[in-house]
Amino acid sequence: MPTVSGEKSILDTQRITQNFNSSQLPEKQLQQGSVVVNRYAVQEVIGVGGMGSVYRARDLHFPNAVKLVAVKEMIIQTRDPLVRQTIVQNFEREANILATLDHPAIPRIFDYFSDKERSYLVLELIQGKDLEELLNQSQANYSEEQVIQWAIELCDVLSYLHNHKPEPIIFRDMKPSNIMINQNNHVILIDFGIAKAFRGGQKGTMIGTEGYSPPEQYRGEASLQADIYALGATLHHVLTRKDPRLEPPFTFGDRPIRKINPAISIEMETVVNTALNYNPLERFQTAEAMKEALIMAGRKTGLLNRMPSVPSVVVPVDGVRPLWVFKVEDEIRGSPVVEHGSVFVGSYDNNLYVVNADTGAFEWKFATDGGIVTRPVIADDLVLFGSEDGKLYAVSSRTGKQAWTFTAEAPIRSSPVVAEGYIFFGADDGYLYAINLISNRMFWRYKTDSGAVRSSPIVFGDQIFFGTELGDFICLNMSGQVKWRSKAKRAIISSSVLSQSTIFYTSLDSMLYAVDAKSGYAIWRFRMGKGSVSTPCIAENYVIAGSADGFIYCVDAGSSREIWRSRTDNQVSGSPIIHKDSVYCGSADGTLYCLEYRTGRQRWKFGTDGAITSSPIVYNDVLYVGSTDHTLYALAA
Amino acid sequence: MLNSIRNLFRPKKSEHMPASVAVSTAPIPEVELAELNDKPKVKINPPQLVVGTAQSVGIQRDHNEDTLFALNAILADGNTDLPFGIFIVADGMGGHLNGEIASGTAAKTLGEYLVTHFYLPFMTGQPHSEGESIHEVMENGVREAHRSVVNDAPGGGTTLTAAMVIGDQVTVSHVGDTRAYFMFQDGRMEVITQDHSLVRRLQDLGQIDEKEASIHPQRNVLYRALGQSEPFRPDIKTHTMPGFGYMLLCSDGLWGTVPEDEISEIVSSAPSPAMACYKLVEAANAAGGPDNISAVLVQYLS
Repeated sequence: MPTVSGEKSILDTQRITQNFNSSQLPEKQLQQGSVVVNRYAVQEVIGVGGMGSVYRARDLHFPNAVKLVAVKEMIIQTRDPLVRQTIVQNFEREANILATLDHPAIPRIFDYFSDKERSYLVLELIQGKDLEELLNQSQANYSEEQVIQWAIELCDVLSYLHNHKPEPIIFRDMKPSNIMINQNNHVILIDFGIAKAFRGGQKGTMIGTEGYSPPEQYRGEASLQADIYALGATLHHVLTRKDPRLEPPFTFGDRPIRKINPAISIEMETVVNTALNYNPLERFQTAEAMKEALIMAGRKTGLLNRMPSVPSVVVPVDGVRPLWVFKVEDEIRGSPVVEHGSVFVGSYDNNLYVVNADTGAFEWKFATDGGIVTRPVIADDLVLFGSEDGKLYAVSSRTGKQAWTFTAEAPIRSSPVVAEGYIFFGADDGYLYAINLISNRMFWRYKTDSGAVRSSPIVFGDQIFFGTELGDFICLNMSGQVKWRSKAKRAIISSSVLSQSTIFYTSLDSMLYAVDAKSGYAIWRFRMGKGSVSTPCIAENYVIAGSADGFIYCVDAGSSREIWRSRTDNQVSGSPIIHKDSVYCGSADGTLYCLEYRTGRQRWKFGTDGAITSSPIVYNDVLYVGSTDHTLYALAA
Repeated sequence: MLNSIRNLFRPKKSEHMPASVAVSTAPIPEVELAELNDKPKVKINPPQLVVGTAQSVGIQRDHNEDTLFALNAILADGNTDLPFGIFIVADGMGGHLNGEIASGTAAKTLGEYLVTHFYLPFMTGQPHSEGESIHEVMENGVREAHRSVVNDAPGGGTTLTAAMVIGDQVTVSHVGDTRAYFMFQDGRMEVITQDHSLVRRLQDLGQIDEKEASIHPQRNVLYRALGQSEPFRPDIKTHTMPGFGYMLLCSDGLWGTVPEDEISEIVSSAPSPAMACYKLVEAANAAGGPDNISAVLVQYLS
């Protein structure tokens, strides 16, 4: 395609193919029952390609047998003589190439003719579906064994093409939509429109499919290793289900296969990565070599000969020993806080416990009439915390002597926060309370019309943010008046976190929300596998939160692009925290995970005997976390 | 009496010297001093956007394939003070008439979509669309724009860089190689979009260097554009506006022709965003004007 120097152009193939979009097609398509050249009776459209449709047709030359064929049509619509010429050449090339080929994974050609402004190829009808269609149909991952089998067959057919005499044939368009899986689960390569007999060192126009083509193909260089790369790209897509056409070109390395699909073996990942090397010389040099490597990978992981597979755990589970542990009478569901060398933590056994932060030695405890699931807050010399008995307690943080209490109308599960001389907290009675810290009188309370307030409020400037049982996220000013509200589809139990002017929270509707703190506009929503009660945390430009689907997610705060996700063995209802370059997060599988926050790579993990539902805290490089196994742990962070 | 005491402590008016004069005796370098002097002493209320635009066909082209769109509004009632703006630059391609049709239809379609989904609700005081986030609405708007290009300009394509400001946050959606820049108060300039061009990717991979990129035969090849093959996804990202700084949207007729430090210099020395845009276009034409030039400059006074 000639372009005026300096003018923009788009990759050639798209130029040619996109002139034809599906919305323009139907009137041009052959109707069911129409007969082409008195021989092929059209039954159904089975595909829409760049140049026209593909039909299933019956060959009427066999009146006593039903012989079905695929009729591939090309309509020359464009008036541009150069485009016209390119289309015709491609079509004829496909016919000529197919006519010389004989391989079980390549459809046979029966006929080639023109009729008015249309030309036709008559091909062997493949009963099955193409790989792109299969990928779109379900979300389930294919087993490594299955993918290896297809990959080996694809290597076989590439090997056949590359060894074609007198000249090798480069397929040049390996991608899921050009790979049919037939009824016997074997691969068939279709669409030889741009395949090309290869003469070494030849420069040509850039052609191929965006997303699957190697860098050198964009320089107009075609080589056998280009097909190897495209096969690698296709396998990467199948194994990760990440469509490379949605990503910038040549970024497979940013999406490590095993990161996305941990079920895949390191051997298989290595094979695909080798095929995807930027430098053609570093890829497999032949399809046979790649096939060999695939077989080796299959052997090593035991997929091909049922040898036991090798677990690839990097860090020993029990490599981490607690500095101390402190036992209580019931579950610890709330988060601890550290102040003056003491750890304060509530338990479901109704007590607030205070222990020495260095040694874990018991200092004192304070009994309420209900379980304590809130995180205490220290203000001046008081420790403040809510209880299931509906009271907010203010107790001397040194002596444990009660200073005052405030009674709400229902259990308090929202952790108090202190700002501007006031204590803010929510209760199951649907109120958000503001209590004067000095007078311990109520300043105001705000009644939500959307149920209990279990989400702990946060305060920033003159704004107070919290969520409700029915999914309202509310922003109040310091006088208790609504500035804005935003809506989730289900309860918001998590607290929120603010960064720049954006506030982040999760909901049981399985979304992680980013909302403009000034206006209440939802900026983006990120869908997790299941609902969440995990309060997000922020590191650099990353937002990290857990979900009931068992994953800890890290997404870009500006774009909601997923950076990584890390799997745990049960719901993640705990909230992550950041310390130095690690993220710490507990899971209902009883384990505390320490991950590198930029990559999600696991540094270590520590197992307890109960679910961890709370957020840990780090103080002086010591991490404190409570577990529902009735224990408070101190670990070296 | 009180006034006379005040006058004792207040520096005389004549002591207020222009920065350049003061510098000659100050131990602080001029750059830093200028920075200090630039620091806002008052809070602008309500925060607002000041907008300039300019466009030129350039010297070497005979027709214009760029489109720009700007809408600037403000809502302030003491409780909520929100500036609002929609800014779009699109650079069409495809030769003949389709290039200009493509950029025009894309910018108008997305502009209308955002006006309908954000501007009108914004004015009627319903600050958020139920259920859908800004990013989702933006993405749907870009998809609409894509469809409009496919229908109205078959064979054509266009880049599209759109920025929507609500309060002090701006959400930018982007396809192609038009660009959005932030220019901070201290003169720093940062591109906040990523070109969807082949040479950019090859450069990132270290396959070619900047020099090779500038003469690469496929330097104008985009791997993503509206009106071209699906599936594609625009880059959508929300940023905080640089306080007392600028956001610049422009086509490659500007950024490919005028070096960044010159752009920055022109913007910071111009008396207004409109004059700055005029001078930017002038600079691109002075440098040969090889392509159409479009610029939208938004100053954010917070």
